[in-house]
Formats: sequence, C-alpha cells, structure tokens
Amino acid sequence: MYDLSKVVVTSSPHIKAEDDTRSLMLDVLIALIPALAVAVFTFGPRALVLTVISMVACAVFETIYNKIVGQANTVSDLSCFVTGVLIAFNIPVAAPWWMPVFGSLFGIIVVKMLFGGIGKNFMNPALGARAFMMASWPALMTTWLIPHAQNLPLFGNVTVTDAISGATPLAALKAGTLPEGVSLLDMLLGQTGGVIGETSALALIAGGLYLLYRKVITINIPAAYILTVAVITFIFPMGGQPRLMWMLSQVLSGGLMLGAIFMATDYVTSPVTAKGQIVFGVGCGLLTVFIRYFGGLPEGVSYSILIMNTLVWAIDKATHPRKFGYALEKKKEAQ
Amino acid sequence: MVYSFRGGIHPGTHADPGYKAATNTKPIEKLALPDKVILPVSMHIGAPAKPIVSVGDTVDLGQPVAEAGGFVSAPVHATVSGKVTAVAPMLHPNGSKVLSVVIENDGEDRPHESVHPYDFASMSNEERIECIRSAGIVGHGGATFPTHVKIQSGIGKCDTVIINAAECEPYITSDHRLLLERPEEVIGGLKMLADIMGVPNAIIAIEENKADVFPGIEKLIADDPRLKLYPLKCKYPQGAEKQLINACTGREVPSGKLPADAGCAVFNVDTAGAVYRRFTTGMPVIRRIVTVSGSAVAEPKNLEVRIGTQVEKLIDACGGFKEAPNKLLMGGPMMGVAQFSLEIPIFKGTNAFLCFAGEEDKRVEDPKCIRCGKCIGACPMHLLPMYMNVYGKQDDLDNAAECGMMDCIECGSCAYVCPARIPLVAQFRLTKGKIQAQRMAAKAKADAEKAKAEAEKAAADAEKK
Repeated sequence: MYDLSKVVVTSSPHIKAEDDTRSLMLDVLIALIPALAVAVFTFGPRALVLTVISMVACAVFETIYNKIVGQANTVSDLSCFVTGVLIAFNIPVAAPWWMPVFGSLFGIIVVKMLFGGIGKNFMNPALGARAFMMASWPALMTTWLIPHAQNLPLFGNVTVTDAISGATPLAALKAGTLPEGVSLLDMLLGQTGGVIGETSALALIAGGLYLLYRKVITINIPAAYILTVAVITFIFPMGGQPRLMWMLSQVLSGGLMLGAIFMATDYVTSPVTAKGQIVFGVGCGLLTVFIRYFGGLPEGVSYSILIMNTLVWAIDKATHPRKFGYALEKKKEAQ
Repeated sequence: MVYSFRGGIHPGTHADPGYKAATNTKPIEKLALPDKVILPVSMHIGAPAKPIVSVGDTVDLGQPVAEAGGFVSAPVHATVSGKVTAVAPMLHPNGSKVLSVVIENDGEDRPHESVHPYDFASMSNEERIECIRSAGIVGHGGATFPTHVKIQSGIGKCDTVIINAAECEPYITSDHRLLLERPEEVIGGLKMLADIMGVPNAIIAIEENKADVFPGIEKLIADDPRLKLYPLKCKYPQGAEKQLINACTGREVPSGKLPADAGCAVFNVDTAGAVYRRFTTGMPVIRRIVTVSGSAVAEPKNLEVRIGTQVEKLIDACGGFKEAPNKLLMGGPMMGVAQFSLEIPIFKGTNAFLCFAGEEDKRVEDPKCIRCGKCIGACPMHLLPMYMNVYGKQDDLDNAAECGMMDCIECGSCAYVCPARIPLVAQFRLTKGKIQAQRMAAKAKADAEKAKAEAEKAAADAEKK
C-alpha cells in the first residue's frame, strides 16, 4: 500500500511555466537599470536617492492600503517598485524629495489600489502620478538642469542658478528649431536636460531589448509607437528643418523611448490582442506628435499614453483575432 | 522543412525540453502478467459495450467479453486467459464506477480460437473495416474515438492520412519508444490505413525531439511514394488534431467540424500499430505501452502492460514512490486526468501515468490577472483566454462565446503560461457547461413552441373541416 494522503485532485493542466508576476516585474526592474545608471552618471547620486525614495514610498502606501482594507499585502509581486522607479524617472533631478512621495501616494492609492490593485487600474499609475505632479507643481516639474551639474545636495532642495539650469531638446523642437549644442549622440547617451529616466535613448533601448529577449513584452507597441512618430515627423518637419535630422531629434528626445518601451507596454493598461497593440501604439504616436506640434506643452508622451489607456477595452473588443477554423466558414458564406 | 502551427508553448527546461529525459532512453519493458484485470465496458467514446460473459465463465486471451453497444462503440476483449470473477461496477479513471468485467488470470495466456492472422491483400474494404471494428481498436492517443467510425466517415472525403506521432505532451515517451523499437508496426499500419481509405498522401508526423527514429522510419517508407515523413517543430499542442492538420497541410478544420471536413484522417501511432497487429497476428487490442514517470516515481519506465492492469502494479514495477505523491495523473501533465486511487485499470487510451511530489502545480490563492496577454499568444486556437475568463466569471455567456469559449480545446497552454497562475481551463469547463445547458434549454423551448404551434394549427385545420 502506498501513502496517498497528500494526493489532491485538480483540473488540468498540472504543470506551469516558471515565470510568474513577480519574476516578470523583476525583469522590468532589471531592464530599468541601464537607464538608472545613466541617470546617476548624468545627474549625480541625487537621481538614485529620488528613485529609492519613490520606490519605498510606493511600497509603504501599498502596504498601508492593504492593511486598511484588510487584504494580503501585494508588495511582494514587485509591481509597486516598478511604479516607484517610473515615477522617479518622470521627475527632474532638481525636484524636492517630497514630490515623488506625493506622486506615489496618488499613483498607488488613487490610480491603482482604489480601482482594485494590480490588474484592475485603467490608467498607468506612474503616468497618473506624473499628470498629478504636473498639475500640482508645474514649475518644479519643468525645472531642468544641465548634465553633470556639480554639488547637488543628496536630499535638500536644489538652488537653481543660471549656471546649472538648462533647456531640454524638446523646448527647441517646440519652437520649430533643432536643439542647439546637443548632438544626436548626446541624446542617445543621455547627455541632455530632461527628467531623470528619459534622457538616454540607448540605455532605454537596451532595457527594451532585454524585455523582448525575456519575452516580457512584445515588440508591437514600442515599434508601432516609435515608427508612427518617426514617419509623421519625417513627412511633416516643422520650420523647414531637414527631414532626417528633425525626425531623429523628435524620436530621440523627450520621453518617447521611456514612454514607448516602459509605459505604453504596461500590461494592465495596454491592449492584449496583437492588432490592438498596434492600434494602441499608432494612437499613442499620433497623439504624441499632435501634442508636440500643436499642444500647449512641449511634451506629449505621457498624456498620449493616458488618453490611449482609457480606450484599451474598446480597442481589445474591436480587434479580436481571427479564431482558428473561421476563415473557411466566412468564405463559404460569401459564396 | 519543419512543420508547425501558430501559438502554443514550450514546456520543460532548457536542459530537459518536454521533461522527457527520465524515460526517452529506456527500452520498453514487458510488465509481468497481473493476477487480475479489470475491463470497463467504457474505454472509448460512444455507447458502452455490453458484457457477453458471466461470472464463472472461462475466457481465453483475445476473446470478446463485451460486444459493441452501437455503431459508435467498440467491443472489449479478455487481455489475459482465466476466469470471470465479477461483472460489476468498478472504479474507472473518469472518477466514477463503471460496469466492468473482472478476470482472474490463470497464467496460461491461452489465445482464443478467433485469434488468427488475416490476409489483408485479399480482403474487401468492408471486411477490413469489420476486422478493425471487431478488434476494439479506438484512438489510442487518449480521445478513444472508435477507429472504424473514423475510417468509414472519412472514406471519399479524405485525401490524406496522418499518423500523429507528435507526442507533444511532456513526460510521455511511449510513442517514441514504439517508433524506435517497432517502427514496422506503425508504418505497416499506416500503409493499411492508406489502402483502406484510398488516399494518395500518407504522412507520419513526428516532433524533432524524436529525430533518433527518423532513420528507421525513412528506411521503411522508401519503397512507397504515398508515404512521407514530416518532421514537426517541438511545440505543445503540436499533436492536437486540428493543429497537426494545420501544420502538415496548411488546412484549417472549420469550427465545429471534423478533420474529414478538411480532407484529413488522423490516427495515433499506437492505433496504427494496433491495426497492423490485428491483421498480421489477429490479436485484438489487449495491451498498451505506458510511460510511468514524474518526480514521485523511484524509477521511471516505459512499460508494456495488458489493458485492465491496475495502476498499482505499474508503480510496483517502477520501484514504488521515492516520495509520497501529491498528484496522480492518467495521461500527460497538460491534459491528463487527476486520480485519487491506484486501483484503477489501465485502459485503451492510457499512454502515461504520472506521479508528482513537487511543486509542479504551482497553485496560488487568489490569483490576479495582470492582463499580460501571454495566454492569447499561447492559444493554438487563436482565442482570447483572458477575456473568456473575465466573462466566464461574470456568467456573461454571450460575450464568453464571442471570445471563443466553445472553440477551446482545453489544451491548457493558456493556464501553463499564466504568470498569475489563474486556473483558466477549470473556469472554461464550467462556463462551457453553462453555455451548453443554455443552448439546450433554448432548443428545447423552441421545439416545444414549434410543437405547440403545430398542434394549434392542426386543431384549427380540424375545426375548418
């Protein structure tokens, strides 16, 4: 006789893949490391401090919320840490330390947890937080420093002098001119002004390639998004600028790479069908260029994604894939 | 060229793709004859067979003990010689008790007088099909659809016969070993099936992880231009009938239709073997090759066993358990049926018995969908498992059906890849049942209304007269 006391009966399948929510989120965190490294190199250790503060704040708020409503803590799925990093990546390095804390409060509590937590929010929590901070502290959110500004305090407020303040390439593009003194190589390597995580296109692409390799994301959304921006800016350069330079400057500047690779691909707030993902990416691209060209703000990535976020269920519903075994029937019906 | 389909998953680890390493080099071992066999009258899809022996009867090996209960049905044969000790409900792998013939083995293994080789070439097609029917041959891949029905309904509609040697279910190696050790049985059966069905294309489709069988097969098919060997990409569920047809021919079986509607008839490796053995030796279906594997099994093996042998005997032959099992499976880990007893018999569709002691299942409390969409990429039917789950949970049956609920083949690819560990297939089974019930109720209502209208019309007509 054998000991069968531990045997349970369940529905198939009886084996599962290794990857779980936690490992996927860990992969995203790993993919964000190159951009963080460039940020620390460019803006100094203060960038790291702000990122850590933001991550801790997100975890603390999620824990407190779970305690209050009496549910199991969900911090261990690591998604709140991804939100934390992305919130920090969306503020300038000169921002005071309490700003990402308030951003986290809004992103985690209002955008994510009040809608039911992971998987239920309809907007990207980090982008919700960014919009909240933009509305609350517009001046602080647009205080740009030049790369390698010296003697930034780790925690204290930054006194912005003319010596260290600088414009972002987007400000020039907004005026229909190519950014002066910033080469394409600078944009690739992140040696320009901008929010903490957005400046180095190369580091962000490296992270994106890692996510593709690990099959965390598919290429649909980033490719559709970036290509749309590239095509439109190539066809319609502003101010008679040379097409190619204009297009490359548009694609490599601002938050496009960060948005296309890490924000628009947020599982919860993007379509799940392949066709839907392409529609979503194209929509984000169109809106981004639209806002950059005609909007009141120099940057349009975050609002584009937020607007498209609200359309996700409709896009999914309109882009059901063709089910196996249905093509033939349709043909027959047509005959 | 390597053939494949869109969707699917790659179970296993890099070092051990498909978890087949434990048994894929182990030769088939004949299990000692059991003391008794339990032969359920339902070892196939369709009407249960009707017992034709009584307690106390002496039966010979290969003697029919139950006759087919209809056209879509199959007879059952004694798999040992001996004495019938019971004709009573016994525990069946489906979890319920099913009428079964129990035979006590007398150890003589005395063949029945009806067992004699047939001259395939001189037989008419009707005789050949009857010969297959009376042998109780059913789909040995697990679905156990009676083979003679498949042949008869496919003649004239099919131009292609495919032997399904994908063996895409993880852990299982019984087909692999059969192809390696006795390829002549499978190819012989394929030729016979192609002759009976009169088709110009006869394909044997094998996943690449079994490349060691290719030379043996190639030698056997060289002299017949109808026969082709198609290597398949190693991917689950490559052996699902619709996906296999799609991979080999590019055709899609229309929703709700049969493979014959795509001009194909698909047979399992061991089904072809059973056809060959029937004609060359006369022996009906009496044995199976079963892979016994999984983390709880001391010494995983490929065993050739008589049908009706209780699973416990197989576990004994594999040195018992090295760890107390937490999961017992009849079949593979993706679509196999969980068991709670080792007293159940091996039946015609059993290709594996797996025992797990580890964390293979990875169940979690309160799983949360993160909308990653991996289930959609994995679905070989190109459905929307994520939305099927959402709508299914809400009992929104119309939307669930719209997302493809009734086309789901329950292969488990979606649940396998789900990082949140949502029990998707369990939910789909539940919702499918509800949709079926709803459709049947709607049909019953429509029929009743039609009958009522007709009755009223008849009454009105009668009044007119």
